[in-house]
Amino acid sequence: MIAMPLPDEAVLARRASIVADLRRLIKPEHVIDAAASLRAYESDGLSAYRQPPMVVVLPETTNEISAVLKYAHTNNIKVVPRGAGTSLSGGALPLADGILIGLAKLNRVIEIDADNRCAVVQPGVTNLAITKAVEHLGFYYAPDPSSQIACTIGGNVAENSGGVHCLKYGLTTNNILGVELVLISGEIIRLGGKHLDADGYDLLGIVTGSEGLLCVVTEVTVRILRSPESARAVLVGFSTSDDGGKCVADIIAAGIIPGGMEMMDKPAIHAADDFATCGYPRDVEALLIIELDGPPVEVDHLITRVEKIARANNAKNLRVSNNESERIAFWAGRKSAFPAAGRISPDYICMDGTIPRKKLPEVLRAMATLSVKHDLRVANVFHAGDGNLHPLILFDANNADEFDRAEKFGADILRLCVQVGGVLTGEHGVGVEKRDLMQEMFSEADLAQQMRVKCAFDAKGLLNPGKVFPVLHRCAELGRVHVRGGNLPFSQLPRF
Amino acid sequence: MTLFTPKTVDDLSATIAGLDAPCRIICFDTKAALGNKVTAPHILNLQKFSDIEIYEPEELILEAGPATRLSLVTNELNKKNQMLAFEPPDHSKIFGSAHEGSIGGLIASALSGPRRIKAGAARDHVLGFSGVTGAGLVFKSGARVVKNVTGYDLPKLLTGSHGTLAALTSITLKVLPRPETETTVQVPCTDAQQACRIMAQAMGSTAEISGAAYIPSQGVILRIDGIAPSVKSRVDQVTKHFKNVSQIGDTASQKMWIALRDLHHFHKRTDHAIWRISVPPMAAPTVLENIKSLNAEYLLDWAGGLIWLAVPNSTQLQSSVIRSAIGAGHAMLYRASPNQAQSIEAFTPQPAALAALSARVKHAFDPHGRLNPGKIYLNL
Repeated sequence: MIAMPLPDEAVLARRASIVADLRRLIKPEHVIDAAASLRAYESDGLSAYRQPPMVVVLPETTNEISAVLKYAHTNNIKVVPRGAGTSLSGGALPLADGILIGLAKLNRVIEIDADNRCAVVQPGVTNLAITKAVEHLGFYYAPDPSSQIACTIGGNVAENSGGVHCLKYGLTTNNILGVELVLISGEIIRLGGKHLDADGYDLLGIVTGSEGLLCVVTEVTVRILRSPESARAVLVGFSTSDDGGKCVADIIAAGIIPGGMEMMDKPAIHAADDFATCGYPRDVEALLIIELDGPPVEVDHLITRVEKIARANNAKNLRVSNNESERIAFWAGRKSAFPAAGRISPDYICMDGTIPRKKLPEVLRAMATLSVKHDLRVANVFHAGDGNLHPLILFDANNADEFDRAEKFGADILRLCVQVGGVLTGEHGVGVEKRDLMQEMFSEADLAQQMRVKCAFDAKGLLNPGKVFPVLHRCAELGRVHVRGGNLPFSQLPRF
Repeated sequence: MTLFTPKTVDDLSATIAGLDAPCRIICFDTKAALGNKVTAPHILNLQKFSDIEIYEPEELILEAGPATRLSLVTNELNKKNQMLAFEPPDHSKIFGSAHEGSIGGLIASALSGPRRIKAGAARDHVLGFSGVTGAGLVFKSGARVVKNVTGYDLPKLLTGSHGTLAALTSITLKVLPRPETETTVQVPCTDAQQACRIMAQAMGSTAEISGAAYIPSQGVILRIDGIAPSVKSRVDQVTKHFKNVSQIGDTASQKMWIALRDLHHFHKRTDHAIWRISVPPMAAPTVLENIKSLNAEYLLDWAGGLIWLAVPNSTQLQSSVIRSAIGAGHAMLYRASPNQAQSIEAFTPQPAALAALSARVKHAFDPHGRLNPGKIYLNL
């Protein structure tokens, strides 16, 4: 288990007065301090980690958020922001001595501006609700994390969420134009807006994906796109994952950027087919779903080209969707891959590394070896088009040793991703889960520079501490960080 | 004045760490006229970092030193039918410089061309970098894969930072396939109001427009690109929607968009100030109405979201007329007129809280204020 910072006893001792103060800043009934009610907030999507917060506040306005943050800042109290709590990396894991600030009550779509192709929404609006709010105009919001029915745009901004369509349409960061945010000092700042290029430093760029460590986002202006006219999918089975991987590379090399390109390995195919009875071929080692979207004439043309490429890569079987219900059926198994894994195993953890596409077969082989080493099964689903892997490590949490092995297996997979030129996380965020692996990818100097950016926003380190960075630094000390010859600075500071 | 031309990353680190006074960072110095003038005793030339280090077409990435010529990158990408999708401009004629400049200068100034409305801006195509901070510290951020959320997205912060945060030694860019063919549909139009309406309709259609501009002498131009059968179908769709349209085929269409991208229309206006104004697309007509007294020539790109102005002379009055004409958005004095008498801030000053935050971010990278002081804002 990854350790969180030790609670500040002095803050805990003041709990009653803090709760009373908060009840003066926002509506008293929106401050939650009863133990039973706090349990509802004790974890997010990374449910292996649980910690009830000291107190929960559910503000309704930007001004209330500003007041709460200013209070926390003045009184040196930690704050953890939370959207819908669907993070898979523990981004919203509470702190025992922290205020959890829930943004669920800021759930209004403020404006839909079809002419400027954008919508202004509050952070508690769900990802899917944005599309629902604009679809009558023929538009949609492109990023589509699999939790889109529940996850909120505020959380999407914090985590820079992706989805199956981000190969073609980008992540959250590529689809938002502006935010209103509140700093820990309580200052309210607007970045960007309905215009395309903001002025000054691209602070919107670093706020997006900052995992709640820089600010609390209170309003988001998102780009909306015209919905594609049509979409068709190709389902291709391969006898070897090498053939599947080569097919992915050849499609990209042919200049085709599909709307989505997903791959599953044999254990994932079987689990998904058992769960969703979607008719996936069961005698293949790798299955690709390639979706093309756009005008029908373009989709038909590209389908033909993709078919040719797949056959040239020894496709064992190949089906093309001829109508919308067939296309949805192709996706049914993939979209239920996670619950399907839950059926074949009491517990699983979902990893999220990204690798260069060409390394896919190599990484798959190495993962099979790791599976033997840790004596745990793994099922693989990938966003193959952009090299984003989601290995599902299957284990039983009732067996104490298995969770430990599963975490070690996961860490080995992520190290492997970095070794082949990839990264620790493609879309789920670092959070708690991958925090202690950051040094696999970044040098001390790289991390120190990121922490100096954190200091520019939050010099006291009160916003979401214990996430993303493996070592807590005091900002004043970062001014002196200079790494020479690989010697670690601040070796006297605790690492947790 | 000392000219430093470090040869290696360590050399660059030692050079910056040893600076006794601020420096101006250059590769080929083609964009000195962009933004505020930097007054610094030293010049830091990054010309030794000038190679394409990695180009993997099948991985859609290219990595190059900051002083790599943009034309070299474009040529290499052309060979594999790929491109920088944000359509970098060549504004050498506007700045009176010898050539289009470097990748480093392009990314430092975050310049994007007409395709920005479909493909995203320069910042959306910078995946990673290595560099040296103003404190002389060697660091990197981002990676060589297109999908990455590990740590803060410093590549976005560095893009458009005009060399005020760090001197880059390597930049990793996302590249994309070039469209097989393109056609431009020209729609006659009498004013900016009507033009913005036409462009909004086109952008809201399923025609997947990759360029939407209004050139008052030519009307609205809409670019449609991709594979041939798809282009034909979408051109038909747009053609049916508007009246009296004409079509411009592949080569002529390409020329037309290069002319807009590179501001050919303003090349002869050597004595003018050039302004670059970013606004919500539908706000452009109001802004133009508000600045009528300036008798500016204008072009609208990005479906109205980018206004280019050429105005005789640059004056403080002109600056305040333009900046007060804008509701949401901002105006940048892209190139001052050569005979400008007064000093005008090139970028719109920011509100106090944001300016203070920007100053803290600057301090996080360049605590001694060594790199390009004043290039964006006078206090940075």
